[in-house]
This record gives sequence, structure tokens and C-alpha cells, in this order.
Amino acid sequence: MDILDILRAALQQALGPQAIVFALAAIGLNIHFGYTGLLNFGQAGFVAVGAYGLAVSVVTFGAPFWLGIVMSLVAPLVLAVILGVPTLRLRADYLAIVTIAAAEVLRFVFGSVEMKETFGGSNGLNGYARPFQQANPYSSGIDLGIISFGRNDLWSLTVGWILVALCCLLVWALMRSPWGRVLRSIREDEDAVRSLGKNVFAYKMQALALGGVIGGLGGMFLALKQASVVPSDYSTLMTFYAFAALLLGGAARVLGPVVGSILFWFLIAGLGSFFSQSAGKGGWIPTVIMTDTQASVIRYIVLGLAIMLLMIFRPQGIFGDRREIAIDGR
Amino acid sequence: MDADMTDQTNAEKNSDVSKTGPAGLVGVSTEPGSKKPDPIIVADNITRTFGGLTAVDVDHVEIQRGAITALIGPNGAGKTTFFNLLTGFDQPNSGSWSLEGKSLKGVAPYKVARLGMVRTFQLTKVLAKLTVIENMRLGATGQKGERFWTAPFKFLWGKQEDEVTKKADELLARFLLDKKREDFAGSLSGGQRKLLEMARALMVDPELVMLDEPMAGVNPALKQSLLGHVKSLRDEGRTVLFVEHDMDMVRDISDWVIVMAQGKIVAEGTPDSVMADQRVIDAYLGAHHDTDLSELDEEALEAEVEAEIEEEEAK
Repeated sequence: MDILDILRAALQQALGPQAIVFALAAIGLNIHFGYTGLLNFGQAGFVAVGAYGLAVSVVTFGAPFWLGIVMSLVAPLVLAVILGVPTLRLRADYLAIVTIAAAEVLRFVFGSVEMKETFGGSNGLNGYARPFQQANPYSSGIDLGIISFGRNDLWSLTVGWILVALCCLLVWALMRSPWGRVLRSIREDEDAVRSLGKNVFAYKMQALALGGVIGGLGGMFLALKQASVVPSDYSTLMTFYAFAALLLGGAARVLGPVVGSILFWFLIAGLGSFFSQSAGKGGWIPTVIMTDTQASVIRYIVLGLAIMLLMIFRPQGIFGDRREIAIDGR
Repeated sequence: MDADMTDQTNAEKNSDVSKTGPAGLVGVSTEPGSKKPDPIIVADNITRTFGGLTAVDVDHVEIQRGAITALIGPNGAGKTTFFNLLTGFDQPNSGSWSLEGKSLKGVAPYKVARLGMVRTFQLTKVLAKLTVIENMRLGATGQKGERFWTAPFKFLWGKQEDEVTKKADELLARFLLDKKREDFAGSLSGGQRKLLEMARALMVDPELVMLDEPMAGVNPALKQSLLGHVKSLRDEGRTVLFVEHDMDMVRDISDWVIVMAQGKIVAEGTPDSVMADQRVIDAYLGAHHDTDLSELDEEALEAEVEAEIEEEEAK
């Protein structure tokens, strides 16, 4: 067993593009769920329309690259309005139902044979990311000793982490303001906020749109990094990974989703590497107990266990404030 | 009485005559639904049914500006429902009502609040995971920082925030909550929550304050100071409408009493005249309302109140 190998795999993922995509998705969820109390179970849908907004505009409609980027921001906004208008006036649970359904509908539409002309079917779309790759200022990759990134990865990571930093800055600036105070108050009790003359519906809509657009940024980044969009990337699993990252880091904290996402991918990759080295040929775990194939999935069980333990012993996540959780307001 | 009398003189006179009611209400008919010289709220033919049950069925009612009006009645009389209807939190099956001549039919609750009619809740709604001072700040209206595009830039709203904080601190001091300033509102006791909710409502600078059972669960010493606060609201020229079961409070501070039973307004008048009204005694007060309740009755009353609260929650 090679500890360095495990660490290498874990770090590579923790700083890599996956962590960025999920950090952005989780920052969006944090605005929805952490601050405003909106139960959005369809964040994958927002990420997907962010990615497809770019790809479809450029590939299918021949729009210039910059317009594709704009559409990638507009599409989640439109989705937020479509989902929000009918559901945000209702109780929180309805939004959860509608969003999870909408995300699945979108994924199936994007992957459907009938719409292959527009969305590329299950093979998705590609050939729109050239301007992004050409803008790469780096001439070579980087070797950080234990981990290394190639030239293209380095460029995507630079852009990605800058996006994450900007989003965190925006969330920080918004949440310390009276606007953020209204959101947190809505999370606590909508009627109280209404009775004080605030238009709760408008605030919820703004929160849904902002979080959706930030999730869409995650999709835009993924589309640029991969240079292709595939519908199977945007399954409900994506939403729940983003939720896991958010809860791990601590909801309603600016850096919670980012740290959560890094940690989430560190654990996934680290545990994966650990078990694949331990099981099978040459491993210390006998095949009777665990085979190669089992080793590749056991990490999810361990991670699930870790999140359960976290919820029991530190329900506020890593960054959360214990007091905020300890008080039962009802 | 001169109907054109201004608020100011009204308020001045009010402070002189706390027991007998403000001058504006002297000589007003004590018939249910009587005309007031200077009404701030006028409601007509308000009905609200829940399934087969008619919760509210009010033909006509007027609330006098600058006065403290109590709304009393047995449990399930429709007082809280009537409150919800007036403030837009519930929509009636029929009827029309207006605040200062402006119709409130179909107006969203937040707009009603902006028009100057702010309510509190029977089951307090403090924002548990916000600090007391943040609860207070939320109440202020017209905050620039509450708009999305200006919110990220502190230099645009920082100064206003300081003003809001100053006002909030003054109110907290008045309501004896200044020591709790940095505590989470969820850590406050029931009585303190009532105080916070009332103080927060005042951050809106309302014309009309609607208090839903402000005294429920408040200890006697605190009750005295709350009474003082309510009176001072009137002295500032505000109108107060409150629902209450505590008859001592009703007698002590209200200028006018409206009695509801089974959704209808059955009696009106000054506190003394209403409490002497045989119908009110029969329907609500009971024959021995002036004597102390025996412990047994108290328990029964508590059970009744609990049942009402449960009913509220079930809705």
C-alpha cells in the first residue's frame, strides 16, 4: 500500500475540476437552502441548463462564443423564473417536488432521440470550447511535487477557482447586507417577514435565481473544461453530491460549500484509492471479504457513514455555528 | 363630536382621559357596528367560512383612530381570523374593508404592512436564529440595503444601517431587551418574545398596531410595563387594536371594547359599559368575572386556551 499514492489521488480530485463544479453548485444551493430555506432538489437542472445554454447556442444555433457564455447565464435565470412563479407562493415542499422533477425532465429532454438535432441526444454536444482553449495563457503544465496538472487543466483550474472565489465574495457581500438578513429571516419565518412589509415572494425569487445562476456557472465551467456536454452528467446524483458537500462544510456559511466540496472529493478519491489498493491482488484485504469490484463502491458506503456521523455529532457541518443549531425556535 | 378633529388634538386629549376613553368616543352609540367620528378602519359584510363553519360574519365595524380598541370574546369567536382577514393573511369569502379610506380587498399582507397596519401574532414569530438586534433591524422599512443591486455595496447602505440600529437600540432599551441585544431570539423566554415582537413591529412606524394576545404568557411585572408601552403608543398618536383575554388589561387600557361571539360582533362600548352588559356577561365573562377565579376554573381556562392554540396550529 502506498500512502503517497492515496494522497496524490485524493489531492488531485480535491483541487481538480470536479471540486470546482460541485463547489459552484453547492454555493448556489447554499443560497437556496442554507440562507433562504428553499428546498431545491434540482440543482443538477440548473447546472445542466448552464452547460447546455453555452453548447446549444454555439453548436446548434451558430452563435458566437461570447453569446454562448451570456446564454449560459440567462438559461438558469429563465429556469428559476419558470419554476419559481408557480411554486414559491406555496409551501417549501412543493418547490422540492417541482425542482427534482424539472431536473429529470430536462435531463431526459437533453438526451432524447427526438431532440437530437438540437441537444445532440445521449452523445451530447461538442466543438464549442475552442475559444476557451485558445485563450490559455500557459505554455506548460505545473508540477507541485506530489500532484501535477497539465497545461489545459491548469488553465481550467485557474478560471474555475477564480469563479469560485468571485462567487464567494458575492455571497459574502450579499449576506452581510440587509438583503441577506431578509433571506435568513424568510428561512426562519415567512409570515413574520411578511408582517413587516417585505415582499417575501420577490426575495425568494431573487434567491432562487441567484443560486440557480451560480449553479449554472458550474455547468458552464464543466462544459468548458470537458469541451463537451453529456446529459448523463446531470443526474440527481449531482444534486445530492452538492447537498452532501454543503452539509459537510456547513450550510449558511460563505466558505462552507467550498470547503465541503474539496473535502468531499478528497474523501471520495482518497477512499477509492485506498480500497482499490487494499483489495484484490496484493492487497491486505482477502478476496473473500472484498473483491476488486466491491472495492470501487465501498467508498460510497464509508462516505455515507461519515456524513451520518457528522450529522449526529456535528450537525452544523465543519464551519457552522453550534448555537444556531442548538436552539429550537418552535 | 367634531369629526374633523385632527390626530394631534385627539392624541393630546387621549392622554388626559385614560379610563373613560378618548374624547373622540364620548357619545358614540354602543350598538354593534356603530359609527365612529374618525374611523381608521371600516369593514363591511366580512364573512369567512371554513367548510361549514362560519368563523367570521361581521356586518359593519369601525375602529376609531388614535384610540386603543380591545377585541374580546370567547374562544373560537373568530377574533384571530378577523385579524388575519384585516391584515391580508387570510382572504374573506365576501366583504370589503378599508384602511384610511383605501380599500384593502385582495391586497397582499406585506403591502398592508407598508400602508401602516402592522400586526403581531398570537404564537410569537421571532426569527429564532437571528440575534435580537437583527430581528429589530429587519423591521425597518425602506432600507436601501434590502434591494438586490445595492446590497453588495456597503457604502450605499451603511449609513442607513447605523440609523436603523440606533432606532432599534432605543426601542430595545424601552422594552428592556437591551441586555439581550446579541443573543439569538430563539433563546428568549415566551414573554420576552412578545416584547421583541412588539418592539419589532414598532420599527415599521405603523399607524395602526394590531396585537394578538400581547399578554398571554407574560409575567405580572412585565405585564405592567407592557401596558405602559401600549398606552404610550396611543400617546404617540398611533391606533391600537388588540385581542386579549386578560380582562384587567382590557379594563385598564382600552378606550373602546368590541365583543365578538360566534363570528359576529355582539356588543360595543366603553370598557365599563361592556362589562356591565348582560349579554356579554352571559356569552363571555361569566357572572363572577370580577371575583378571583378558583384554581379549578383556572385549570379549565388553561385547557381551553391550549385547545384554542392547538386549533390555531392545526390550521
